Amino acid sequence: MPSLDDLKKRIKSVKSTQKITKAMKMVAAAKLRKAQESAEKGRPYSQKMQNIILNLTKSINDPQNAPKLLVGTGEDRKYLCVVLTADRGLCGGFNSNICKLAKTNFKKILGEGKELNIITVGSKGHDQIKREYGKYVLKKFSFKDKKNISFNEADEVGKEIISLFNQNKFDKCIIFYNNFKNVITQIPQAQQIIPAETKNLKESSDENFSYEFEPEEDEILEDLLPKNISTQVFKALLENAASEQGSRMTAMDNATRNAGDLVDKLTIDYNRSRQASITKELIEIISGAESL
Amino acid sequence: MSDKFTVEIISPDQTILKQETSEVVIPSFEGQMGILNNHIPLITFLRPGIITIKSEGEKKYYVEEGTVEFSNNNLLILTSTAKDVDNLDKTQINDLIQKAEANLNAQSTDKERYVASYKLETLKEISQ
Repeated sequence: MPSLDDLKKRIKSVKSTQKITKAMKMVAAAKLRKAQESAEKGRPYSQKMQNIILNLTKSINDPQNAPKLLVGTGEDRKYLCVVLTADRGLCGGFNSNICKLAKTNFKKILGEGKELNIITVGSKGHDQIKREYGKYVLKKFSFKDKKNISFNEADEVGKEIISLFNQNKFDKCIIFYNNFKNVITQIPQAQQIIPAETKNLKESSDENFSYEFEPEEDEILEDLLPKNISTQVFKALLENAASEQGSRMTAMDNATRNAGDLVDKLTIDYNRSRQASITKELIEIISGAESL
Repeated sequence: MSDKFTVEIISPDQTILKQETSEVVIPSFEGQMGILNNHIPLITFLRPGIITIKSEGEKKYYVEEGTVEFSNNNLLILTSTAKDVDNLDKTQINDLIQKAEANLNAQSTDKERYVASYKLETLKEISQ
């Protein structure tokens, strides 16, 4: 049985933790609104970009000579995985969920005897991944000092991906990030960006246009494809930023509530043992008086 | 039968503009291009220049690069650098002009020089 003093100290420390989690929740809620807004505003750009690429893909007559960024190297041997996580912790399962998904994929890739390369964005993900897969990590990015993610950061990552591709370091590139669905639900996702996924192609095949290109098709693709990579990374970063705040808000809300429950429980314990000691003293006094 | 079509200008951060219009002039890579409704499906990209949107009044946007798609009477302009010309102030433009001038001499390939020279020209045009 802990002494009264111990209980008092516990209660005090739990209460101050509760204050911290409450403050973090409020900060996350304020940031979330902003992050969510920019994620939602950023969606049309990447979606439309993807659409244009898909439309372009459809009109390619000669897949043999199409740009490699679009159709891939034709091989399936080397993989590049880009894992996008946050730079800060205390946001529930946010970072772990991405890493878990990424690790399942790593295991699969390695199990099939393929070559694996990893780029991490965000220090938390790097910490989790380097334990097991440290030797595969080619490069790590961290935008800790940036307050808001802008296109420049995404471009940095995108350029790195493209330069690695040009050096023939990989055949397929997959990015891992959390898709922001709503405040409580964020879905970890794996998206293949090289070669461009053509899964949705069939769904929209009914509106088949023959486009007029100016200048030539190849030139447009050459210009557009690297831009698309950066755009997809940017979208992932924005979704991630919103998810991080949402996840942190839920986590901190839970923590605050738990702390409240704990304080209630400890207070009851405290009162009980205080009452017990008073009763004990009373019994002692009474039995002392009786024996006289 | 209306002679209008939709124009959208979208940057990575936000949708800058979405409205009905009757004519848009874009600085396509190989020259100015006027677009009316029922244009045939088209994909092209931009060089630095001014996008003019003509409906009731005229709206002008300065762009440095971008991708344009026209289909189903929907003109889509994806660019990361669209700026409303009316909102650009003199000092900003002069600043950009100076940078563009320095940039022009640093370019090595013909294509880069072509883009840089258009950027400079457009900026000068705005500043007048």
